[in-house]
Amino acid sequence: MNTLEYKKPLPPITEQSRPFWQATRERRLQLPRCDHCGTFHTYFEPWCSQCGGEGVHWETLSGRGRIWANCRFHKHYFPGFDGPYNVAMVELEEGPRIMTNIVGTAHGTLDEIPIGMAVQAVFEDVNDTVTLVKFQPVEAPQP
Amino acid sequence: MSLTSNRKDSVAVVGVGTTKWGAMPEHDATSLGIWALREAAEDAGIRLQDIDGLICQRLTDYQKFVQVTNITPKLVTATPGAGRMTGGTIQLAVQAILSGLLDTVAVVYGNDGRSAGAKYGGKGDSYGTGADQMWFPYGMTSPGAVHSMLFQRHAHLYHSTIEQLGTVSLTFRQHATLNPEAVMRKPITMDDYLASRFICEPLRLLDYCLINDGGVALILTAGDRAKDLKQKPVYVRGIAQQSRLAQGELPEDFGYAAMQRASKTVHEMAEVGRDDVDALMIYDNFTPIVLFALEGFGYAPRGEGGAFVQSGALALGGRYPTNTNGGHLSESYMQGWNLQAEAVRQLRGGLGARQVPGAETVQYLQGGPLCTSIIYGTEAA
Repeated sequence: MNTLEYKKPLPPITEQSRPFWQATRERRLQLPRCDHCGTFHTYFEPWCSQCGGEGVHWETLSGRGRIWANCRFHKHYFPGFDGPYNVAMVELEEGPRIMTNIVGTAHGTLDEIPIGMAVQAVFEDVNDTVTLVKFQPVEAPQP
Repeated sequence: MSLTSNRKDSVAVVGVGTTKWGAMPEHDATSLGIWALREAAEDAGIRLQDIDGLICQRLTDYQKFVQVTNITPKLVTATPGAGRMTGGTIQLAVQAILSGLLDTVAVVYGNDGRSAGAKYGGKGDSYGTGADQMWFPYGMTSPGAVHSMLFQRHAHLYHSTIEQLGTVSLTFRQHATLNPEAVMRKPITMDDYLASRFICEPLRLLDYCLINDGGVALILTAGDRAKDLKQKPVYVRGIAQQSRLAQGELPEDFGYAAMQRASKTVHEMAEVGRDDVDALMIYDNFTPIVLFALEGFGYAPRGEGGAFVQSGALALGGRYPTNTNGGHLSESYMQGWNLQAEAVRQLRGGLGARQVPGAETVQYLQGGPLCTSIIYGTEAA
């Protein structure tokens, strides 16, 4: 992929979030997990919002989940998007919910990605350092 | 003198001032706030110099504000320019008066969002925690998209429909046709609504509020002083807030639990129940939050906000006429402030075709994430 052609926003990788982005390069979805109560975090700070503890470790998740909410942007707020595109919040099998795009459907319309649909993580290299985790329906053919 | 020696037992709004709404590039936010405050002082029949507390929202230049108005408050403060902060800003004024700290407080809002090209999405959008890493790469941004997703969730759980959202939009537009100050006064039909373009599907242009320039000011004072002023006092009978930011940007329960807590407190303070309420003002940045607020604050059973709207309850002539000025969807997006102004004016009476006959109690509802409610009344609690 030509880096120069990728115009969508890239994540500003921080010291705290680096393990997340290193794992996606390796085709793994990994999240920080509280050392004390085991809650998975979808933010990159050392403090737990649930138990108040300090300290996290990283764990690899299954990458399986279900669509929890969805929408489809027709207005564009960022460069690099062409035509309508979907955004979904996926509830992972292990509990946490993350924002993503659903790929691997014919048109990307909302009726193709209903809430409750089972999805599986796929990894998309967008440049030499960043790989995004997206999801596709489990019944879809593997790329 | 102790910290509580001057305590008061009631607070009233004695002045309300609004600018025009629309594109006013000749004014910045501070200037719009000054305009609104001058209107409010005139309305209250007081001099600007009588104001001893100034709480600004959104307008950023409080120094220019006091220089140009030549007021010398005992307390000046400013709150961030997010609509969710409106209720809390008014709470500060109410508590400052009740405690005896201040006598006459101006809460002033100025917003030049239209002329300044305010964007509620894209780079700089802070609606999601860590959005630049976890949302933006997927193109996720904007409060409108959050409400779009929440509506999808609501529709999934409760079978709410797009036509129910359309009814919210049509109802408030109908009210705006009766308000000469409203930005959008052209009546719309369900066909118009359904034909309007998607912004973030399933939400359309007509599900979104109207970004404009404008200002609003309220002047509040203790009830004992309010009686001697020019206008019929409108009392703040109850005011309560419960945040639910801690559970994230897409709340599991649409903010119900937080709204229920704020609801219980505000009715206890006000000593009036929902049966006593004559009209509602509901923060309507997007149509779905009207459903969530009706359910969270107990006006409709959970999941039935849409059916409640379709019953006609929010229309003038219905049980709870709502956003009688057209709300944010059709009057102007003034981040809750024009709804406060409308609540006060309804209770004073004389609004012509949009007057709720005999209105004595009006409740403001703001859904998440800082769930807030205010109950205004013609009598003190």
